[in-house]
Amino acid sequence: MTNQLTTPTIREVTVSEAIEAARGRVIVDVREPVEWNDGHIPNATLLPLAEVAERAPTLLPERSAPILVHCAAGVRSARAAAILERLGYTDVISMRGPLAEWRQRGGAWEVPEPLLSDAQRRRYSRQLLIPEIGQEGQRKLLDSSVLLIGAGGLGSPAALYLAASGVGTIGIVDDDVVDESNLQRQVLHTADRIGVRKVDSAAQTIGALNPETHVVKYPERLTAENVERLIAGYDVIVDGTDNFDTRYLLNDAAVRLRKPVVHGSIYRWDGQVTTFVPFEGPCYRCMYPTQPPDELAPACSVAGVLGVLPGIIGLLQANEVYKLVLGVGETLAGRLLMFDAMATRFDEVRIWRNPACPACGEGSLA
Amino acid sequence: MSTVRIPPVLREVVGGNRSVEAQGATVAEVLGDLFVRYPELRARVTEDGELSSFVNVYVNDRDVRYRDGLETQVGPTDTVILLPAMAGGSARAR
Repeated sequence: MTNQLTTPTIREVTVSEAIEAARGRVIVDVREPVEWNDGHIPNATLLPLAEVAERAPTLLPERSAPILVHCAAGVRSARAAAILERLGYTDVISMRGPLAEWRQRGGAWEVPEPLLSDAQRRRYSRQLLIPEIGQEGQRKLLDSSVLLIGAGGLGSPAALYLAASGVGTIGIVDDDVVDESNLQRQVLHTADRIGVRKVDSAAQTIGALNPETHVVKYPERLTAENVERLIAGYDVIVDGTDNFDTRYLLNDAAVRLRKPVVHGSIYRWDGQVTTFVPFEGPCYRCMYPTQPPDELAPACSVAGVLGVLPGIIGLLQANEVYKLVLGVGETLAGRLLMFDAMATRFDEVRIWRNPACPACGEGSLA
Repeated sequence: MSTVRIPPVLREVVGGNRSVEAQGATVAEVLGDLFVRYPELRARVTEDGELSSFVNVYVNDRDVRYRDGLETQVGPTDTVILLPAMAGGSARAR
């Protein structure tokens, strides 16, 4: 029986006929990815109905190839077959009848290894709905590792949101203990943890928020001796330190090991963010080739800082991490974003790779 | 008159202003105008008559080091941004 109303010309076949015809035909599954992930015909091509017109010419370059289109029941596949015929495909058949029957009658079937567990699908459901993330992107986040230099004002919001959204491994480098004066902005820590090592306090907070996140504690200060060991195993480094020594040390090691660094700095009402991707964009030394004296870098303990400011800048850093891990969007590589909390104003300037950069330039040893 | 945006660490030497207006057709002239009014700014921004290596200067969003340095043209509606290296974070007190 053909569907006379909408698709007068297409050829429909029963499930038995489809199983018979499947050998020697390109099988096109026009269901949605979420249905595909629950099981599909081996070697079928996933091409959701809504994408048929746009993607068929690329996925199915041979217009005379014999094609079998199917969905779950036969409605979407009939429409897809009609679209394919309009596009010039000459030998398309559509399977009418439930896909369950295909399995009952012994048609080939495979269930892919699930990218996510049921619990993960529930927890991250709002992110899975985002086209640029989906199950594949969530898997990338779960498999990713991010090293936070500092569990302070910038590291706190970054750690909270990265852990909440499923970054699999978070390393934390901090040799400090929680002080009462930290609590105004360092939201990883709580009033009952004054005197506790920040790495322990951070691990406790993250563990309560997302037990799935693996926290690696490094209760040490970043030094020339340990920097490469600390960063080597991580995908992305989030720099939330407060002094030039550490920033230059980290920059040079990250360039050597080709690790992206998301840079944030804050001062009273002002903050800056950028992303350094070695050899693709500028590094910190491209901006400032030599290290300024420390008196140009007053720490928050001296200069003061607005509580909400590291929250805003730290989350902009976390936002950069997503894009680096997922490989989507446009990072701040080559741009320095400046935020003025007093005026509620963002500005940005371009930053360039410096051919004479001592770390990543033409004459460098990297 | 162009607008010069003053970063937080330099505001103390320009009377606390976040941005100031300045005369001049080049970066050198704009800075010279500011140095007359705010003499302390000179040592914070220049070194032996050259731009300090710790301070970047942008005309609009372009780094003048990749243009004509102190001779880079500044139009009346342009914004000049002074940007010293800023290290502040809050990981720990030093």
